[in-house]
Amino acid sequence: MKRLTIRQRENLDGYLFVAPAVLFFAVFMVYPFLYSFYLSLHRKTGARLTDITFAGLEQYGKALADPQFFSSLKNTAVYTLSVVFFQIAIGLLVAVLLNRAIMGKTLIRALVFTPVVLSTIVCGIIWTWLYSPDSSGLINRALSVFGIQPVAWLRDPKWAMFAIVVMSIWKWIGYHMVIYLAALQGISTDYFEAASLEGANGLQKFAYITFPLLSPTTWLLLITSIINSFQIFDQIFVMTKGGPIGATNVIVYFIYNTAFVSFDLPYASAIAWLLFGVIFLLTMVQMRIQNRQEL
Amino acid sequence: MPDSKYRPGNIILAALMLLFGVVMVIPVLWMIATSFKTPAQTWLPNWIPNPFTLENYRLVMERIPVVRMLLNSILVSTVATLAQLLIGTLAAYAFARIRFVGRNVLFMLFLGTMMIPTYVLIIPLYLIVDRIGLINTYAGLIMPKLVSVFAIFMLRQFFLTMPRELDESAFIDGAGRLRVLFQIIVPLSKPAYGALFIFSFMNVWNDFMWPLLATSDEWMRTIQVGIAYFKDSNTREYGPTMAASFMASIPILAVFLAANKTFVQGITMSGIKG
Repeated sequence: MKRLTIRQRENLDGYLFVAPAVLFFAVFMVYPFLYSFYLSLHRKTGARLTDITFAGLEQYGKALADPQFFSSLKNTAVYTLSVVFFQIAIGLLVAVLLNRAIMGKTLIRALVFTPVVLSTIVCGIIWTWLYSPDSSGLINRALSVFGIQPVAWLRDPKWAMFAIVVMSIWKWIGYHMVIYLAALQGISTDYFEAASLEGANGLQKFAYITFPLLSPTTWLLLITSIINSFQIFDQIFVMTKGGPIGATNVIVYFIYNTAFVSFDLPYASAIAWLLFGVIFLLTMVQMRIQNRQEL
Repeated sequence: MPDSKYRPGNIILAALMLLFGVVMVIPVLWMIATSFKTPAQTWLPNWIPNPFTLENYRLVMERIPVVRMLLNSILVSTVATLAQLLIGTLAAYAFARIRFVGRNVLFMLFLGTMMIPTYVLIIPLYLIVDRIGLINTYAGLIMPKLVSVFAIFMLRQFFLTMPRELDESAFIDGAGRLRVLFQIIVPLSKPAYGALFIFSFMNVWNDFMWPLLATSDEWMRTIQVGIAYFKDSNTREYGPTMAASFMASIPILAVFLAANKTFVQGITMSGIKG
């Protein structure tokens, strides 16, 4: 057999090493990705999952005329905006305070971080119990101290989304905190010493030094947090099943229901692609703004 | 002048932060407390169960194959995590060290797939796994989790920080690439592997949507799916549902308590731009 040249050897090694990963990605990422677009261009014709016929953009038209689609989009947007803002703001506040010279840092960090470790399903089950409508639910019991009447948090359309939002913020504060803490370690103390010499107070130092220097981290958290929040599903499945009367029917839950309860795979795929398009655009816009800022 | 821990202002701050930390874990403590209470006590505000009972745990074991579900989760999470690390190591090494044609394009494509959301893939994945008859099998549960772009990315970043001379001299001395990788590079990257293992394990352990779709047989369910259904069929029986939730959390909480620092490192890695 002819010996390979060094160049050929290098190429061959490279391909062999990435082969398992590439193979996997082709089968479990690229193929399903294209397949779902293919499905979205069809129409369901029979009882079996695979009974479909080509229908062009019909499903997309159907989605744009479906009030359920828009209400789930609205619910998802409401959830995302509230959760993202508070997760980042509280995470930042806790990180900045913990970054000072205080006792028990490691313990406090571990306590705040605990909800991140638990699964969303477990958190959802615990909070369903905390939100229990009877006056014995922990939250209603705590509120009754202030003379507030018990609320059926998860069964009241006015409050259900709010309840889900509070639980989700609680779950992810610790994540944002540790990311900010890591970023804060990277800020040189020279800045603060110089500012102190100039007579700046704590709030000024935060506004003019800490916050601007943390902006790459904030952008990153903003993007990942928005993308993750758009995909909220587990909490809804375990706490409200999209109810009451659709008040917490978010988009991924709507997709799940359409695909695996109504078995309309083409329609579910079209909704998934519409959502993907929205998120893709949002990410592009964010990156644009970020790049302009860094100039 | 360095700030002191013993300054009165900082002591008050520490106390307030500790209070905040305690409030954050109240739901978790309440779950644990409720799980050891008798039904009559469930409605009382006491934090220490009196009498203390294991009845809720017995009920859970009687109603669902909870031990089997835990073992399912352990098996799926362990195999998937090890595969993610092994396949990730090979790919990361190639991206960091081997100059092959198309390397950068391929790497960008890999990173691009991170943008594809799960809900776009889940329907076709279900169809594929169903067609090859792997619904309700471990293979079906594990397969879509075998590779993680994140693991490839993190390991590549880590390998890039190591001096090239380290492996290149061994390579020139005639050692094969696989030997160089597994005898020199991997042992030197232990901290990265520790953090990554915990991070990936937690993600697979806590995953819900895929195991929900990939199983219909109760005996094949992972613990997350098991307790979600258990909660639905035992509403208002808070003792048993809390016991089931606590059982589902014990393994991950144990890892967290034992390797707190590595755990936080793993999470932090995920948020730092390469």
